[in-house]
Amino acid sequence: MYWKEELECMPVAERRKLQLARLQAQVKRVYETVPYYQRRLRERGIDPTRIKSLDDLAYLPFTTKDDLRQTYPFGLFARPMSDIVRLHASSGTTGKPTVVGYTQQDIETWADLMARALVCAGVGPDDIIQNAYGYGLFTGGLGIHYGAEKLGATVVPISAGNTKRQVMLMQDFGVTVLSCTPSYALHLAEVMQENGIDASHLRLRIGIFGAEPWSVSMAHEIEHKLNLMALDIYGLSEIMGPGVAMECPYKNGLHIFDDHFLPEIINPEMGEQLKPGEEGELVITTLTKEGIPLIRYRTRDVAVLYDDPCPCGRTHVRISRILGRTDDMLIIRGVNVFPSQIEHVLLEMGQTEPHYLLVVDRKGPLDCLEVWVEVSERLFADEVRRLEELEQAIRREIESTLGIAVKVRLVEPKTIERSQGKAKRVVDRREVYERERR
Amino acid sequence: MNGNGVKQISVFLENKSGRLAAVSKILGANDINIRALCIADTSDFGILRLIVNDPDRAYNVLKESGFTVSATSVIAVQVPDRPGGLAEALSILEEAGINIEYLYAFVTRMSGHALVILKVEDVDRAAELLGAGGVTVPRPEEVYAV
Repeated sequence: MYWKEELECMPVAERRKLQLARLQAQVKRVYETVPYYQRRLRERGIDPTRIKSLDDLAYLPFTTKDDLRQTYPFGLFARPMSDIVRLHASSGTTGKPTVVGYTQQDIETWADLMARALVCAGVGPDDIIQNAYGYGLFTGGLGIHYGAEKLGATVVPISAGNTKRQVMLMQDFGVTVLSCTPSYALHLAEVMQENGIDASHLRLRIGIFGAEPWSVSMAHEIEHKLNLMALDIYGLSEIMGPGVAMECPYKNGLHIFDDHFLPEIINPEMGEQLKPGEEGELVITTLTKEGIPLIRYRTRDVAVLYDDPCPCGRTHVRISRILGRTDDMLIIRGVNVFPSQIEHVLLEMGQTEPHYLLVVDRKGPLDCLEVWVEVSERLFADEVRRLEELEQAIRREIESTLGIAVKVRLVEPKTIERSQGKAKRVVDRREVYERERR
Repeated sequence: MNGNGVKQISVFLENKSGRLAAVSKILGANDINIRALCIADTSDFGILRLIVNDPDRAYNVLKESGFTVSATSVIAVQVPDRPGGLAEALSILEEAGINIEYLYAFVTRMSGHALVILKVEDVDRAAELLGAGGVTVPRPEEVYAV
């Protein structure tokens, strides 16, 4: 089953022509409408009219999250605000988020690609989709929602949280598809078990799980506990949101919708392109995005590209599951967390040289984040009450910045290991990334 | 530090085994004698408060050993070792509206008397009021040498 067979199964040579035409138009457009890109391309002496093949992509400059930060909030938008119909945002590396804007056409393209992703997973118009991704600035909730409606399926826009209610509606409505983060899927399974609900009595058949890294063994565990097929969806707000790539039931990697998103794998240190089958950083150029087109966006996600055919018949190249990060970003309960955000909070609170450590663990199925803060002489008070107040104040500030609950622990100086003068900032005790390649 | 203030050393400790032992070992190795101590704690951390024979040196050796240390001015009160002995001293402060943040007793006793450490906002005023009310407030040197 396909959503748009002619696009999904297009002969590779034909798609390459389409990609080139779209790349040429896109580069020309950003050159003409985004001063930041115009300057970057001029600095490198790149004439946007002289892109003759897809190989010329390698000459174009990368775009990073830092570029988005420097042009915060709307500096990379290629359209006036009157054309922008929606904004989404994700975590930035400091106090400010990363903002993206969508035109009406972008929203339609997104819904169409998300419908393509759902059909790729085996979802159809008769399905009832319980969408437990968060609705809001995060792209997960609304992204899946629009795609499901476009497909003609029935959406239950329940958003995240309130697990008991989720379980009740799943039973009462005869929900067939669950979309949420994989860790939340495990949490749902646990709550069902606690309440004596047998998943095999539910009508669930497909899980659309993403927004955080997860391993094949975790997928097996979810499939076993929820009695459904667990499929991996990939996306990021900078590029669009969910629906950039989707695993099909053959589980051969995720089909990246490369008529809209041109993928490359690069060596994260030197920046050169790597071949299919080689592990490196995923870089994506948006080919059709109007609101905020990005050229060679460094996703910081580590993956492998596969270009061999998939039995499902789709000719899109595929990416592996995400194998790691090339920066220190953590994904906790679907929320992106940068250690620098926490450093920023501590600096704002008047600590001159904060020593802190993020300890991430998975207690049961849910991730928890502990922030260890060394008590310097400046922070130390002789009274318990004052130290507890300090702990609370740090916790509140961090929670309001990150948007997730954290536990703050005050620790003795030098508790946090310093390696060659640079402190280690993260201890991740979860095993979220797939260790082995396919 | 003022004339009536006894220098108390406070140390930040994580609530895990061996931390208190580490502090006492460092003090012992440096020939510093603990006169009185108390711990205020939560499930995660504690504050160890110490009265020692040489507070300045205790502060330095603990700091050099990597602990977070602070010095706080507290007041020592000599109360008769009999029922109601402490109540007399406390009622003087209460009547004057002086809030006691915490207090603890000495490990050793002077003959017929107990020594109690009080943390109050204004040490000098508390000492004055207690003295006027007939309560003995030993000088800091006497306390360190107990």
